[in-house]
Amino acid sequence: MAMKPVTFILNGEAKAAFTEDGQNLLDMLRRGVGDLSPKYGCAQGSCGACTVLINGEPQLACLVLAESVEGKDLETTAGLGRAGLHPLQEAFMQRFAAQCGYCTPGMLMAAKALLDINPRPTRDQVIEAISGNLCRCTGYEPIIAAILDVAEGRQAP
Amino acid sequence: MAVTIEKHATVGDAQRALGGDAVYLGGGTVLMREINAGFVQGRIIRSTDPVLKQIRQSGDGFEIGAGVTMSALANHAELAFLHPVVRAIGGPQIRNMATIGGNLFAEPPYGDLAAALLALGARLVMAGGQARPIEEFFRDRKRAGLITAIQLPRPRDNKSFAFHKVSRVKPKGVSVMSFSALLPRDAGRLRGVRIACIGLGPGPLRAFSAERALEGQVLDAASITRAAQLVTDGLEPPTDALASSWYRREVAGVHLTRLLERMI
Repeated sequence: MAMKPVTFILNGEAKAAFTEDGQNLLDMLRRGVGDLSPKYGCAQGSCGACTVLINGEPQLACLVLAESVEGKDLETTAGLGRAGLHPLQEAFMQRFAAQCGYCTPGMLMAAKALLDINPRPTRDQVIEAISGNLCRCTGYEPIIAAILDVAEGRQAP
Repeated sequence: MAVTIEKHATVGDAQRALGGDAVYLGGGTVLMREINAGFVQGRIIRSTDPVLKQIRQSGDGFEIGAGVTMSALANHAELAFLHPVVRAIGGPQIRNMATIGGNLFAEPPYGDLAAALLALGARLVMAGGQARPIEEFFRDRKRAGLITAIQLPRPRDNKSFAFHKVSRVKPKGVSVMSFSALLPRDAGRLRGVRIACIGLGPGPLRAFSAERALEGQVLDAASITRAAQLVTDGLEPPTDALASSWYRREVAGVHLTRLLERMI
């Protein structure tokens, strides 16, 4: 099988990897680059656990052809907490917004994408922003509360 | 056997490469899941031609590149009539990826935008440059060839086009059914009625019985009731994981009524 080189920016650092024909971005990030923060959930675009930001937009890494990110700017949860916890991570802890934790990286990236363009979202806008991410533990309320905490500039309840 | 990805700089090259069993990859939300599951093998064609991402206003309408995403449509101020449709599709991630051209090929329960384009009387521009009515495409979409753009007339006013989607989960639920209606008026009477739906047949289709009930009428409680009674005439709503055929028949008129009442 042909291997193609692909170069991109991952969490601010230039990266190069080889991709196989038909390989999705999630698989390349996890097996090729070693970034295990985006999670492998459904591989069909239903769960949102693999959400990464591509040029600032939340997309589903399992449905992105790996070779198509050539030259693009990628962000994953691995890049969020470099200089201490990101305010969203702090708020998720405070609100107990992660239980099993499998959806959390996707939730964090969907929330970050929202706050990057809309630092003061309404509750409805938060719900809309995480509507592509399934959580089977929390019932969503702690997650919504955590995101609103960050939006309102207070992390502790 | 595995997949082979071919990237082409122009839509012309991509069209020439499509032949045999090759499949075109657009935004990925339909095809990548099939690739991930190993259901699609062989040649996959994609193109980075910037023409696919363009939205142009032309005369009394628009020409929208087939690779324009739902998000790009939702952010385009002049396309406000399409916003209720595209905002009801998927979650934010899907809208950042899924394309207007790809939606034409999406199997049920997807295809809300495709049905809206059918109601609007869109024309599809093929890679060769010729434009054909969207109805022709739906007769045999498996062998359609490469679509490069969608031409859309602008609805005359905000009462002449509307959309209504029925889903069990909000937001981000798939359609049990959705209706799109184009109701141009001439001296108060409806002329050139087009009502399209998904969820009441094997794909996007027009509800001809409801259209006939409204054509030439004034849009009022009586004409709406008549259209709602007839809406599933000639259609065979499917039974699937979302709803039974019986249920779809029972509620189709209720939902068409809700849509049409907003357009009075």
